[in-house]
Amino acid sequence: MALRLPRIGTSQIVALALILAANWVVSPQFFDIRLQDGRLFGSLIDVLNRGAPVALLSIGMVLVIAMRGIDLSVGAVMAICGAIAASLADSHPLPVVLAASLGAGLACGLWNGLLVAVLRIQPIVATLILMVAGRGIAQLITEGRIVTFTSPELAFLGGGSVLGLPTPIVLTLAMMALTLLIVRGTALGLMIEATGGNPRASALAGIGTRLITVAVYVWSGLCAALAGIVASADILGADANNAGLWLELDAILAVVIGGTSLFGGRFSILLAVVGALIIQAMNTGILLSGLPPETNLVVKAVVVLAVLLAQSPRIGAQIAGLGVLFGRSRSRRRS
Amino acid sequence: MLPTAPLPPPAAGHKPQQDASQQDAPLLQVTGFSKSFAGFVALDGVDFTLHPGEIHALLGENGAGKSTLIKTMTGVVARDAGTMRLAGAAIAPRSAEEAVKAGIATVYQEVNLAPNLSVAQNLYLGRQPTRFGLVREGEMRRRASALLAGFGLSIDVGAPLETYSVAIQHIVAIARAVDQSARVLILDEPTASLDAQEVEVLFAVMRQLKARGIGIVFVTHFLDQVYAVCDRITVLRNGRLAGSAPIAQMPRLDLVRLMLGRELSEATARRSHAAAGPAGADVAVFTGLGKAGYVAPFDLTLRAGHVVGLAGLLGSGRTETVRLVFGAEPADAGTAEVAGRRVTLTCPREAMALGFGYCPEERKTEGIVADLTVRENIVLALQAKRGALAPLPRREQDAIAARFIRLLDIRPPDPERPIGLLSGGNQQKALLARWLATEPRLLILDEPTRGIDVGAHAEIIKLIRDLCRQGMALLVVSSELEELVTYADEVIVLRDRAHVVRLTGDAVEVSAILAAIADAPAGAAAAA
Repeated sequence: MALRLPRIGTSQIVALALILAANWVVSPQFFDIRLQDGRLFGSLIDVLNRGAPVALLSIGMVLVIAMRGIDLSVGAVMAICGAIAASLADSHPLPVVLAASLGAGLACGLWNGLLVAVLRIQPIVATLILMVAGRGIAQLITEGRIVTFTSPELAFLGGGSVLGLPTPIVLTLAMMALTLLIVRGTALGLMIEATGGNPRASALAGIGTRLITVAVYVWSGLCAALAGIVASADILGADANNAGLWLELDAILAVVIGGTSLFGGRFSILLAVVGALIIQAMNTGILLSGLPPETNLVVKAVVVLAVLLAQSPRIGAQIAGLGVLFGRSRSRRRS
Repeated sequence: MLPTAPLPPPAAGHKPQQDASQQDAPLLQVTGFSKSFAGFVALDGVDFTLHPGEIHALLGENGAGKSTLIKTMTGVVARDAGTMRLAGAAIAPRSAEEAVKAGIATVYQEVNLAPNLSVAQNLYLGRQPTRFGLVREGEMRRRASALLAGFGLSIDVGAPLETYSVAIQHIVAIARAVDQSARVLILDEPTASLDAQEVEVLFAVMRQLKARGIGIVFVTHFLDQVYAVCDRITVLRNGRLAGSAPIAQMPRLDLVRLMLGRELSEATARRSHAAAGPAGADVAVFTGLGKAGYVAPFDLTLRAGHVVGLAGLLGSGRTETVRLVFGAEPADAGTAEVAGRRVTLTCPREAMALGFGYCPEERKTEGIVADLTVRENIVLALQAKRGALAPLPRREQDAIAARFIRLLDIRPPDPERPIGLLSGGNQQKALLARWLATEPRLLILDEPTRGIDVGAHAEIIKLIRDLCRQGMALLVVSSELEELVTYADEVIVLRDRAHVVRLTGDAVEVSAILAAIADAPAGAAAAA
């Protein structure tokens, strides 16, 4: 049905395909994938692997944004949880390391959620607190040093592979599947969309909007913790100053590219992850092209602008009015 | 009907000040203003005349067209038709700024100033006295003090505006408007958030401006205030001019009838009690329920198969009453008993668990979730009642949506259409469906027929009757008194946030309700 088209996300998938095609042009072996020592290698796998942290962040972020919120603290939470994991890795068994790290992420999310839902602080301010303080906390944990570890169990989460797929990709897929199951398998998804769309109406319809608000920030904290663990495991250490730096902005961008409005309401977890992949595919493409990495940010900005313009109803209306190019954009818009 | 003559001769012995001004040419003359929004006629050929030194009350219920008239007069909204003359010269402001330049200033209920800036800065924002491009702070404060002294206000103009009471903030807003060479001042519900003393201060300022020959348009819902300060009343109803007369020629009862009633012959039409069966068991009994500063304590008994109507002017406490009953606003006094059991109501979820449903008046801001589909909007309350962990299977959702779309004739009959694209009447039906799907014992409807087309009116009234016959208890707020009396078994009239009169059985008559709202003896209707 034409009405359902926007939720499939034509423009995001077209954008990803175009960027991958561009990468192929600048680097003809882009799509080459080979199996070596039981693990897949290749630029495409690299995009997925490197994109995992932002993809993980965007899974939590999309729920927060759907509730009209925003979580600026995820980058700092990554640093905290990565620092905890790295500090404990050589002295404690893996389950303890994971529990401590994920628990810290949960606590960070709970803190954000309580500030927003109970104290009614604006989300951007509430999460800014932890964004600033969190990096300091991470530095306290690492005592200002770059903590390294040798634990092979933890290292496996960053550099290992499961059935040929690098572990970060598997973890991201697992987290996405779990989130989809929780959100779309229950009525939570509907309640999040309703609350984001009209909080007052939803509260009057009996939805526990406060509890759901806390829950989405907790989930975002958990996703950030996992991203932090993956990032630490990848470099066999924790750098409190740089782990997850500015990644909250990439995550927000991924969500917005994925078509979820900052005004809340309708959301798509799948497309947020596609958004994260679009960002990573661009980063990888610029590296492969041999262009100076400094151009990365400018190219990224241009591509993001193009994707957002393609989604804008006003631009869509003009394109449809001209009756050119995108036969699909018209049906997209009308729905 | 009342006389609607545009300019009746001044009444003998009426305030001389005003009489003198009435002989002048009109200050502001609006002729044939019309405005439609997407097919909905908000303003239909309205005339409005304001004289210098006149305080002119502009009255009407919600949706009567007051705000649209003000917005078209001040250029905030473009009008479809009509002309406007200010002191004889045709003007057509295209924005609030142009209106201010032309001499028409508006002060809204929510003061449109910067609370963090000082009083003086607020008064002269955008037109500060400067020397060499620098603001002369001292000069500005001197001027501000002098300006406010003219209004009998002696305050520290260097303090932030937010440190002062709402009344003073209003006076500052008025002073700013008047100082910008306003000849016409529009006050849009300035008294809604003021206490009695503050209202007096504001009135003193208004009288002073009147003496200076400024014409004031005063929008309010408080009839006492209209009679305390105004010279003339204009009433709008459903986007049309319902009547306009000097205050002396418009007694309270006539005024209320103009605002709420239709023709008297129609209003006194006999109602059919046949529809209502005998009242059943008590569903909910509220004793002394109330909240300080919100609505005075009241007793209310809701029975199965029984419709209780709440009547009164806007702001009289009708919506406040039903919000307390539904727990949307926690009460600070009184008790609630549901099915013989003492309960506490502190949030909508608790009320829903007891079998209550509530269709709020503000359909757009408190009812629909515009982006979601009709189906999702319909199942929302039922889903919330079941909890997030017990999702309604999609097939069941489809069945519920299809059933109510058919039952209530929701158009277009497409459950997957975003509800924001439906007409007001169909949105209302979908919201009714949302609550009916929860199979409530008590359904609370706040203005169920507001802003919807005539056909949908009839269908919703029929539905109310049917639900009542099936044994549901209903609590209905309505300004459509002619409709209310046809289905209500009992009507409670509210005034000034208190329940004042309870009418039951044959006493449920439009004339009796109007008399109670106007606080006049019932016999006065004929005398007027």
